[in-house]
Amino acid sequence: MIYLMCFILFSIGIYCILVKKNLIKIIIGIGIAGYAVNLFFILVGYRAQGRAPILAQDQVIQNMVDPLPQALILTNIVIGLAVTVLIVAIAIRIYEKYGTFDITKIRRLRG
Amino acid sequence: MNLASLPVSHNLLPLFVAIPLGSAFLVSLLGKRVKGFSDTFSNVATFSLLSISLLSILLVKHSGTVVYKVGGWIPPIGICMVLDGLTSFMLVTINLIAFLVTIYSISYMERYTAKWKFYTLFLLMLAGMNGVIVTGDMFNLFVFLEIASISSYALVAFGVEREELEASFKYMVMGIMASLFILLGIAFLYSLTSTLNMADISRTLAKIGDNQTVFFVAALFLMGFGLKAALVPFHSWLPDAHPSAPAPISAMLSGVLIKALGVYALARIFLNVLGMTAVSSSILMVLGAISMVLGGLLALGQEDIKRLFAYSSISQIGYVVFAIGMGTPLGILAGLFHLFNHAIFKSLLFLNSGSIEYATGTRDLRKMGGLTSKMPVTGYSSLVGSMSISGIPPLSGFWSKLLIILAAIEAKHFIFASIAVLVSILTLAYYLKVQKLAFFGELKDSLKGIKEVPLTMKLSMIALSIICIFGGLLLIPGVQKNFLNLATEVLVNGTNYAQIIFGSIK
Repeated sequence: MIYLMCFILFSIGIYCILVKKNLIKIIIGIGIAGYAVNLFFILVGYRAQGRAPILAQDQVIQNMVDPLPQALILTNIVIGLAVTVLIVAIAIRIYEKYGTFDITKIRRLRG
Repeated sequence: MNLASLPVSHNLLPLFVAIPLGSAFLVSLLGKRVKGFSDTFSNVATFSLLSISLLSILLVKHSGTVVYKVGGWIPPIGICMVLDGLTSFMLVTINLIAFLVTIYSISYMERYTAKWKFYTLFLLMLAGMNGVIVTGDMFNLFVFLEIASISSYALVAFGVEREELEASFKYMVMGIMASLFILLGIAFLYSLTSTLNMADISRTLAKIGDNQTVFFVAALFLMGFGLKAALVPFHSWLPDAHPSAPAPISAMLSGVLIKALGVYALARIFLNVLGMTAVSSSILMVLGAISMVLGGLLALGQEDIKRLFAYSSISQIGYVVFAIGMGTPLGILAGLFHLFNHAIFKSLLFLNSGSIEYATGTRDLRKMGGLTSKMPVTGYSSLVGSMSISGIPPLSGFWSKLLIILAAIEAKHFIFASIAVLVSILTLAYYLKVQKLAFFGELKDSLKGIKEVPLTMKLSMIALSIICIFGGLLLIPGVQKNFLNLATEVLVNGTNYAQIIFGSIK
């Protein structure tokens, strides 16, 4: 069920990137798709009624979630931050040069 | 001399990441305050990287595969770095180009303000690329790939003019999509195998046997790394991004970045980790062939010299992917050899275009003409580069293309072989166009006052064209055995990769 939600979230993100004309909306789409992937990766390591794998004295952990995906996603969130900062900075510079966020009006280069 | 017994041998590997990362830090710290520091220091850093990558060939030859355990953890648990024939081959390619490009940048980058920022980003990109090559861990590969990508996004926008920003934005959106697909692929692979170590993944997959998920993962990786490698359905960012960057960066991006992040990762994952199947082989071959043809046809119509070179990169990458996709030993050898050659001559051509821009201030082919009389070094070195890429006999490009075509015939892919021959003729056509419009003919009046470029720029162009001329020598049996064959073996061994890695840990 929650996997399905994850997939829907990812699709919304991709839709946003592909269809929207506004630079900022594209960036938001990237963010949404990124969160969907992060969520999916966390779910991969999740177990029902699992608990955090923290070792403490006098405790026996029977059912713990996989900590590795969490560590990986933490790394990916930091990477995502760097990417978002850079892309927003470039979007701002584009706005300074062209005076618009509309991608159909920013067309100096042709494929 | 027994190199394996030297204490340095195992500690060599982290240096490929540590040197550029550390120098990037120092350059960003001191480059602004101390005049000339960033130039000297970056050149020293890339030179030392080149020397240790050459040393790594000797090391591989003497002691086979070397595994470095990061932090002392044993590989399936901890991250490991792997040095084998393919790794050292790629490292030599990358660091050779990087060194020559930094020499070139000393004079070229004078036109921009904040040279130290350029060097910082450049070294970060180099750290990312070297990291992708040496790592033996899936997620680590992703992290290094992101380091290299993020710095390349910033470098494409380095000029902060309209075109550069637009190209960078386009490149970023595509690049981020690629990264998402790769991460999703890693997530699926992790859920299937519960490990991130490449060798361990390969071993576990062999136990599991056929599985639908593997197929899906392969599709995701093909999309992700195909985007990074600019294979044809995913190529649209490249012709904008590569020309917009400053010329040394165009040379790096087209010369090695798409190979390290795209082709190397594809080859490593498809051949060594997932194992090559008939389906993935034919997909790679078809994508390669489409890239060859389309890249070539689109290049023919370009008037902007750097855009033309960028389309030509797509076409040549098509050759490499096609040859590696065949999966036969000769095909892989040919593909890797062409990868090396393409790195050399495409960097040379982009540096030439940079010199032209430096001297004349234009990239439009129609505004050039007769440049050889004023700029002999640029003119002749670009002649060598152009002839080499179009496959004129004594030059390096001829040998690798010949090998690719021979490999295709050997594997009985006659249609693909004839496509490769036809595209080779197409390549000749558009490079003759460059030569005719830019370097031969009458000197235009507006260009009477131009001068040849400064010494350091000449130096690296001359070095690259010498490698172009003598590149064919790499096929001499003695040399081939020590350099190309070691790299080919790794890929030919396929999923035995896991046994080799675990064998060399003990």
